[in-house]
Amino acid sequence: MAVVTRDSTPGAAAGASRPAAASRLMASMAGLDWLAKIWWTCLSISLFAGLWELCWALGWADEKLLPPPHIFLSNIAEQGRYFNTATRWQVGQSMTEGPSAFESVLITGAATTARVFVGLILASVLAIGVGVLVRYYRFFDRLVLPTITLLSPVSPIAWLPVAIFLFGIGNAPAIFMVVVALFFHMVLATINQIDTVNTNLINVARTMGASKAQIYARVIVPAILPGMLQVLRMNLFGAWMVVLVAESTGVGYGMGQVIMLARNTFNPSLVFFTIAVIGLLGFTFDWLLRLAQRRILYWLPDTAERLRVL
Amino acid sequence: MSSEGAPHFSSRDAVVCRGVGKTWAAGTKRAHNALTDIDLDVAPGEFVVFLGPSGCGKSTLLYLIAGLEDATEGQLWSFGDLVETPSPQRSLIFQETSLFPWLTVWENVSFGLSIRGASKEERRTVAAEALQRVGLKAAMDKRPDELSGGMRQRVAVARALAMRPKVLLMDEPFAALDVQTRARMQDFLLDVWRDSGASVLFVTHHIDEAVALADRVVVFTSRPGRIKTIVPIDMPRPRNLFSREAEALRIQLTDLLRDEVDRAFAEQEALTATA
Ligand SMILES: Nc1ncnc2c1ncn2[C@@H]1O[C@H](COP(=O)(O)OP(=O)(O)OP(=O)(O)O)[C@@H](O)[C@H]1O
Ligand SMILES: [Mg+2]
Repeated sequence: MAVVTRDSTPGAAAGASRPAAASRLMASMAGLDWLAKIWWTCLSISLFAGLWELCWALGWADEKLLPPPHIFLSNIAEQGRYFNTATRWQVGQSMTEGPSAFESVLITGAATTARVFVGLILASVLAIGVGVLVRYYRFFDRLVLPTITLLSPVSPIAWLPVAIFLFGIGNAPAIFMVVVALFFHMVLATINQIDTVNTNLINVARTMGASKAQIYARVIVPAILPGMLQVLRMNLFGAWMVVLVAESTGVGYGMGQVIMLARNTFNPSLVFFTIAVIGLLGFTFDWLLRLAQRRILYWLPDTAERLRVL
Repeated sequence: MSSEGAPHFSSRDAVVCRGVGKTWAAGTKRAHNALTDIDLDVAPGEFVVFLGPSGCGKSTLLYLIAGLEDATEGQLWSFGDLVETPSPQRSLIFQETSLFPWLTVWENVSFGLSIRGASKEERRTVAAEALQRVGLKAAMDKRPDELSGGMRQRVAVARALAMRPKVLLMDEPFAALDVQTRARMQDFLLDVWRDSGASVLFVTHHIDEAVALADRVVVFTSRPGRIKTIVPIDMPRPRNLFSREAEALRIQLTDLLRDEVDRAFAEQEALTATA
């Protein structure tokens, strides 16, 4: 199937207007591809869950410490209540008031996701901006780059106290943590990407009379975008990690805090349930980013597909 | 600077090189003298072909003329102006593909116009016209990735033409094409050249191509590149490439080139032996 896809792409390119049949065929195959992907994802997860269940059935896994999926997923309604911050924090309110269990999970998940998202956007915009400025202005390079290089190896955890000093409690410190965890690496990555832009492309623009600003805006930035999105995706999981740490240390509320709550109340079921939710969120986020990547980088060929048919 | 090096030649000349040389990475351990002592005058509307062994500095000379690199010896002028920076008057078609992968074919072709702030309609018309000339008008809305290597090179030609340059610098533009397509592209290039009145400096490894196109063939020596001889070709156009005259030229150029290629190989082997 993959071979057919590969062959039909150059063919469709060569003929100016290939009959619609070919494109329809490709569309339907893309649909199949899609189904196959879901199928494999489910299989992969079921296999993992199945092994776990097996360990439980054989009595190797203590159900108090390592409750298998059917146990920690069975009482979602009850677990969900722990996600409800309103009932958790406000004295005198009963657990059944406020949003339902399901809504609580959604709200908490969304809060954490939003922090990751905002942090990622801020970090990328800042990092690409600073990276471009560093290469654009020599003066800026000399002034800023040493500090950035110095700070980039600092573990984000070390910034946690700073986040609390500066922003106290709430969204801001968690977002700050994400930004700080990604920013320095991404600046260095941006600079590296700029340095590896094909000089021919820059020279073409130069011979056409483009100014330095035009070369940066119209050649360098588009040329580094693919690499930058790759860097972003690779840092996505780091961002998730940092957000959980930030939330769990009382910087805010959210998934990290639920984990902490589960730890403090010795509730393994809740831990695993939260892990499952976090996994799902991270997976979806990565998938969305991949979609966005394909949208933004419409001009890149599908290299994964090419590697697959090797 | 230009007053000190006052040109003592016709300021109408399209390209003038006086004692031009280039050492890459000058002043470092990896310094490499690619080109030296180049004296060359190219008249407006002249078609000059560069012929020489691989690595002798033909591309380097085009870079210098385009103003993309600074000469480390000598000076260059174009139409009386000292060459210091690139200029839209001198378009370079690169040896490797250099299309912007994120732009469509027509956007690539009209990139220079968009730099000048031309409207979309104007850019599309100019692009369509230029693409028509290279036979790729149908591929206007495609992306470079969807084209074959030869088609991409033709798009690059169209892009250079869209700038209406006075000097067209072409670095082995047809190397990737099959014999038939290359013959067509040569005819097309001669048409364009005649219409535009631009000077063309054209690098090739094909002696046939040199005989088909050139007013003058500049033959280079190997490392560092110098001008070995300049062979004028005053066959009338359209040329009969099977005539006795063409055959004699081919033999002459082949002999000139063979010596240099042999020498280049011997030198390279000596270099690797000592290393
Ligand atoms: N950017 C560069 N930096 C350092 N050395 C270079 C650079 N470009 C070319 N050179 C060196 O200069 C010499 C001449 O290179 P150039 O590309 O001009 O050769 P050429 O005649 O165009 O060869 P070919 O016919 O193979 O294209 C080579 O030895 C090459 O190694
Ligand atoms: Mg070359």
